[in-house]
Amino acid sequence: MASHLTIPVGPDDHRQGPETAAVILVEYGDYECPYCGQAFPLVKDLIRQMGDRMAFIFRNFPITTSHPHAELAAEAAEAAAAQGMFWDMHDLLYEHQQSLGPDQILTLAAQLDLDMERFEEDLTQRRFRDRVQADFMGGVRSGVNGTPSFFIDGVRFDGNWTGDGLTRAITRLLG
Amino acid sequence: MSQSPTVTPLAAGTPAPDFTLPSTPDQKVSLSDFRGQPVILAFYPADWSPVCGDELALFQQLLPEFHRYGAELIGISVDGIWSHLAFAKDRGFHFPLLADFHPKGAVAKAYGIYLDDQGECARALFVIDGEGMIAWSYVSPIGINPGADGILSALDALQGKADS
Repeated sequence: MASHLTIPVGPDDHRQGPETAAVILVEYGDYECPYCGQAFPLVKDLIRQMGDRMAFIFRNFPITTSHPHAELAAEAAEAAAAQGMFWDMHDLLYEHQQSLGPDQILTLAAQLDLDMERFEEDLTQRRFRDRVQADFMGGVRSGVNGTPSFFIDGVRFDGNWTGDGLTRAITRLLG
Repeated sequence: MSQSPTVTPLAAGTPAPDFTLPSTPDQKVSLSDFRGQPVILAFYPADWSPVCGDELALFQQLLPEFHRYGAELIGISVDGIWSHLAFAKDRGFHFPLLADFHPKGAVAKAYGIYLDDQGECARALFVIDGEGMIAWSYVSPIGINPGADGILSALDALQGKADS
């Protein structure tokens, strides 16, 4: 029983690659999850390798029961997105996923060209809590069963994503 | 690819077998205690194994969502009560974990999802309605965390029935 993406990819999503790409890869991820950390460089390679043939979408799925800083990290990525720097923050969070306390997140954000006052205010006001929760519940409804969960063209990828597992699955689709 | 284990879970429309199992050294929980509200039974193979932990962590995070349907979540495995207590404390779980420990796996057997050769229950989910009837059941392939989409759809269907 393969699960399907219930929330279609749309303009609110964070996307790398063209809207019209032949294959769409969606990841539901958690910034503090070590497996997502392991997937991070694999996905980056894959994006480079596929070029315009693939679009990559990242959605938030912080499992706060296991990862106490995952929610704040997700909201921080969204706060950076509001200033056009989602992917920069996304990369920084994964590159420093061992230390994502509130102070460390501000230190990371300060490396980017952000309006820090606005960024801090957005985090304090929890301005992106609903956005993160909407991603999370959309993921739950789509059968996200842990992180990272990948959907290739809307179908949950239940195979092994480590090594070249994802690359092979996507290459096969591209024919 | 993973195979579904060869078990036959009790199907929707079957009365859910009642049971009484310990949740702590001096407390017992019966299925019939929850008559009048939906119950989610999450059978899992073992405390501490990585997939189970993820599955239950996700369910723990969804407790408020389950409660919106008036539903209660119960975890069941063949582990003993002391293991359950340590596991729940370590992972921050706030729902009962019941010990199907003695006679081993008796409740899992009654629900048709005991794996005799492994001495554990399968990773199986049941949603039971307020009248004690099974509304939905599902067995995951071994090693795959089932997610919660099926549970929420089953609870939606129950709520739809109650509203109509």
